[in-house]
Amino acid sequence: MNQFLQQIVNGLDHGSIYALIAIGYTLVYGVLRLINFAHGDVFMVGAFLGLIAGEKFHQGLWVSMVIAMIGCAALGLVIERFAYRPLRKAPRLAVLITAIGVSLLLENGGQMPQVFGPNSRAYPPFIVGPPLHLGPMIIQLSAIYIWSITGCISLALWYLVMRTRLGRAMRAVQHDQEAAALMGINVNAIISFTFALGSALAAVAGVLYACDYGTVDPLMGLMPGLKAFVAAVLGGIGSIPGAILGGILLGVVETAMAGLPGGATYQDGIAFLILIVVLLWRPTGLLGTGAVEKV
Amino acid sequence: MKVDLIPQGCRRHIRRSSLTPNLSQADSCIRSSTGTFTGSASRALVTAAAFLLSAALLLALPGCKSSENTEPASPASPTPGTSTSAPVPTSDTIPIGEFCSFTGDTATWGTAVDNGVKLAISHANAAGGVLGKKLDLISKDDASNQEQASTAVDALLGQNVVAVLGEVASTRSLRGAPLCQAKQIPMISPASTNPAVTKVGDYIFRVCFVDEFQGKMIAAIGKDILHAKTAAVIFDNSQDYSKGLKDFIESGFKAGGGSIVGERSYGSTDNDFKGQLTSIQGSNPDVIFVPGYYKQVAQIARQARELGINTPLVGGDGWDSPELTKIAGSALDNCYFTDHFAPTDPNPVVQGFVKDYKAAYGGMDPDAMAALGYDAAGVVVDAIKRAKSTDGPALRNAIAATKDYPGVTGSITIGPDRNAVKPIVIIKIVNGKFTFFKRFSTPS
Repeated sequence: MNQFLQQIVNGLDHGSIYALIAIGYTLVYGVLRLINFAHGDVFMVGAFLGLIAGEKFHQGLWVSMVIAMIGCAALGLVIERFAYRPLRKAPRLAVLITAIGVSLLLENGGQMPQVFGPNSRAYPPFIVGPPLHLGPMIIQLSAIYIWSITGCISLALWYLVMRTRLGRAMRAVQHDQEAAALMGINVNAIISFTFALGSALAAVAGVLYACDYGTVDPLMGLMPGLKAFVAAVLGGIGSIPGAILGGILLGVVETAMAGLPGGATYQDGIAFLILIVVLLWRPTGLLGTGAVEKV
Repeated sequence: MKVDLIPQGCRRHIRRSSLTPNLSQADSCIRSSTGTFTGSASRALVTAAAFLLSAALLLALPGCKSSENTEPASPASPTPGTSTSAPVPTSDTIPIGEFCSFTGDTATWGTAVDNGVKLAISHANAAGGVLGKKLDLISKDDASNQEQASTAVDALLGQNVVAVLGEVASTRSLRGAPLCQAKQIPMISPASTNPAVTKVGDYIFRVCFVDEFQGKMIAAIGKDILHAKTAAVIFDNSQDYSKGLKDFIESGFKAGGGSIVGERSYGSTDNDFKGQLTSIQGSNPDVIFVPGYYKQVAQIARQARELGINTPLVGGDGWDSPELTKIAGSALDNCYFTDHFAPTDPNPVVQGFVKDYKAAYGGMDPDAMAALGYDAAGVVVDAIKRAKSTDGPALRNAIAATKDYPGVTGSITIGPDRNAVKPIVIIKIVNGKFTFFKRFSTPS
């Protein structure tokens, strides 16, 4: 029983990172209908910027995180401007492939010795403190940070999207870009803003992920990026609560699998199997809006 | 951002839609427009899911990118593969070939081995050369790539080298070995531990130990140093190195009367091991064997300590990297691993090598790869002297007859299966530092 409770805590810890990355995916997809496969790599760049801020400039967690957020927001703007905007009217597949291209560029560019270098590196001890003992369960301090930050970010995003003028513009662009433009909304500005925001969220996730697992390397975004995408689709892509639900579900299932003998071999397979089953059962995901298809 | 994004007229409209989502007119017309979106959106999802599955398959392919996690990360100065430019061998030099990964995933391995080999060659030349001739090292870069390894070895053989040194990665050694075997040119791998490498033919040797021996010694650390009765194993299910070593550790530990109470696996791209650790914790082992590569070992150690598991961890040469304790912090204190070489080994041969290496490479400590490179070259030089010839078959026989060669990685004897029979070094981690514990030659 104790072991079961501890596994739940482990799963929540593992899944909340997926949730945090998935929020960024979902945000960009919600507005642009673009699966930004480079998101996982922006996440990696964010983690490295945090490393540089902490190691070279001896900053603490919060300053490093803000630096990483600003850096990644700028990177997101550049990616959007030069890789996606020229293809805005192109077929969806072209943009998808460009996104993969950007992803490969960041992964392989990051491995150059002049950039981050190919080796995995230790992360500065940003979050240090004794774990919390709650009955038989041990909860890491980093997990508590991740949970609170994920919670705050979701609330802030909900407020931004649903309660502010900017959020209304984002929703309008999501519904119909042309109509939004006709209403005088600066569509380019809204899309750029969404990209910058999504990339800044990736930076937060990157820094927290690296704090939790203690290491960074240029390929660190690959698997979490794919898994977070699965989480976002699982929960209903475009939906922020869906991203959180999907991430946590995936984390708990993976941890449960890893705890079985030989289970780790199938843990990724199970994750993708769940994705397929959910897509067959509910093509819009668990919390996705079930819109009626019109022909 | 607040000013001109939405003109007054439509603002009211949208606001109404957000306030009363199900009733307003605006909302229903927006709904219908998303309806058409959803069609293409779900197509995009299917495309994406297909891409995702294929990406996952690619990642799951064993050995595909496996080596990127495995660099022993020596702080080697990057001297990318420019050191080739081989002159056509003249009759007064003896050309020795070397293929290394100067660039690519495992650049640190290639550079370290090359540093060791160069030092050995320059020592031999400083002592007057061999058979009255100077040795000439011809280096080729294989860019950490299997196909290029074949090309590099072909090029070396075309330059009439008398012996080939390389590679670290077993997959690349296996590419070069058949070419050398066919030409009857001896090849010595400094560090490929996979048993298949020397089975290619009777011209293929290695100067490192094989995993069977290493596995027995790791089990012996558990039994004899830590006095463990029960053990759990966590291994990387996507690396042949880790799987093979795990089997040898388990059989060794059981043969010594211990019992394996838990076995969990992970994949090369995993970062979270708390699931495995929590379930192992239930069986309460005396020792946990972790025959993996350093990055994940460090993370496993961290997460184990975070979960309140204070059992010592024991592993093999995959742990050897300065990053290990940087990532793990104090989590690996009082843990042990087996290795080829320790720069803190008090043995005078080792200390002499460390001193020369530091002098040659700007104060940098040699790592195991550099030491193995030095010994591989040393064994060839020694064999040429004994054979009094650089002829392929004669040199092969001399290498095969190597006995008690005083290498920096221990006394090397080449066994009947062309593997090195040699001692293993046990390293204990004390306050985040690798300290030489002892040299072991046979499992007790």
